[in-house]
Amino acid sequence: MSGSILINLAYIVAAVLFIFGLKMLGKATTAPLGNLVSALGMLLAIVATLLIKDIVSYKLIFAGFIIGGAIGAIAAQRVKMTAMPEMVALFNGFGGLASLLVGWSEYHRALNFHPENLDAFTMVATYLAVIIGGITFTGSLIAFAKLAEKMTGKPILFKAQKPVNAGLLAAAVIILVMGAMAPASTYPLFLIAILIALALGVLAVIPIGGADMPVVISLLNSYSGIAASAAGFVIMNNVLVVAGCLVGASGIILTQIMCKAMNRSLANVLFSGFGATTTASAAGAVQGEAKPITADDAYYILEAARSVIVVPGYGMAVAQAQHVVRELGEMLEKNGCEVKYAIHPVAGRMPGHMNVLLAEANVPYEQLVEPPDVNPIMTTIDVAIVIGANDVVNPAAREDETSPIYGMPIINVDEAKTCFVLKRSMASGFAGIENPLFFKENTRMLFGDAKASVTALVAQFKDAG
Amino acid sequence: MEILMLLLFVFVLAIFLGFELISKVPSQLHTPLMSGSNAISGITIVAAIIAAGLDDGSRMTSTLGFLAVTVATINVVGGYMVTNRMLSMFKKKDGGGK
Repeated sequence: MSGSILINLAYIVAAVLFIFGLKMLGKATTAPLGNLVSALGMLLAIVATLLIKDIVSYKLIFAGFIIGGAIGAIAAQRVKMTAMPEMVALFNGFGGLASLLVGWSEYHRALNFHPENLDAFTMVATYLAVIIGGITFTGSLIAFAKLAEKMTGKPILFKAQKPVNAGLLAAAVIILVMGAMAPASTYPLFLIAILIALALGVLAVIPIGGADMPVVISLLNSYSGIAASAAGFVIMNNVLVVAGCLVGASGIILTQIMCKAMNRSLANVLFSGFGATTTASAAGAVQGEAKPITADDAYYILEAARSVIVVPGYGMAVAQAQHVVRELGEMLEKNGCEVKYAIHPVAGRMPGHMNVLLAEANVPYEQLVEPPDVNPIMTTIDVAIVIGANDVVNPAAREDETSPIYGMPIINVDEAKTCFVLKRSMASGFAGIENPLFFKENTRMLFGDAKASVTALVAQFKDAG
Repeated sequence: MEILMLLLFVFVLAIFLGFELISKVPSQLHTPLMSGSNAISGITIVAAIIAAGLDDGSRMTSTLGFLAVTVATINVVGGYMVTNRMLSMFKKKDGGGK
């Protein structure tokens, strides 16, 4: 372990700052400060590392800081709130790539300069950093592409996909064992392991549907932490081990929370794409006629309504309709109507995605409710307005055992007296599942861009007022 | 070997700490939390700095180290800034509610 006592003390302080930062991120009132505390920890760890006396060439380090910092800052600043999930996926992928490169660099150095240091343990840690880092990198890139709709959100399947994946994983494990036993003579195998890891990341994520990407990103976030921790064992660095491990453990908990919100197991999320081809035909059986409604008629119903529940989804995010939605809510309240916003935990492309958007639009926190609070009183609600949400209000999750989302808790908007669905077209949702809600007796379809539709409703209220 | 055992010890304790830290988090904070912990996973930048900064005359290791510093910095800077942007929206809302 290189470095003086002072540097190690700084690392301890940094680790404590990370712990407090994570803790504070879990509460709404302390979260902004928590992020700063954690950033301070990172700054401290970086400065302390720069002071290590073995570090002599700063040119490359600062070049990396400037280039990476500029890219990161510009990307973070330019990204729209709607594209936040894929941005996190991309950043996460770079973290994984960094661990891969570190593992590679350290192995190369040890081979050339002090091969006697290469014991079995170091090799196992190196392989774990490289393999997990590699999977994180390409897996995150695929998750990014699926969310950004740069590639199809549908599961991509090919013959013998499962055996191929299992075979690659087995090959990686065999190489790891061989590398640990003979560190000095297995450099070519090491490079093959990198390629296998990169391929595995792609192959593991492409069969997963776009709607499940949030869970995948959360899991990959956990992986990148584990990869960093493994890199910490390679260079025997305590802050790396602790911080990486914290992210790894908390990421797994977060992944579980998200799976629970969908009433599915993690295994089901990761492997259910393999069954997608059979369920698609069954889901196509939904028949009926959707009843469209004009903004004028919708206004008259809303004007008479005493209680309204708004259910936002990804469509609201895409249309950037959160501000007019809040305006509509205020109009309705002025009209003596009770307004609540029902947020499904997995609405949008990330957990809490809708909360972030509605917070941006200054919707009061007290008006946000979760499915367990609103479902029991749904039959007393006059109008449920579904804005660009689809899968999270799909009654098939309750009624159709063959549906891929069967068992997922939904918001039962079909039980409200009237249900408006604001939607651009009759296309199915991100999960690619037909929605029988659209054909129900009490459902009215308000076609068009969510922002334009809501703006039209707001205009009606303004005219009347 | 002693250092190794100590590190393993710390590693195991950190796992339990990580589990405890975020067991009760309101759902609207899940996205910022994921983003914030993603920024922390950029801690691998420490290893990247060491890989890039040791002058051993090997072009290969310093190139890999340089690339590692670059991508890790993207992760760190981008991660913290995006998280901050998300959370500043909550702050604004709290202020408006009062």
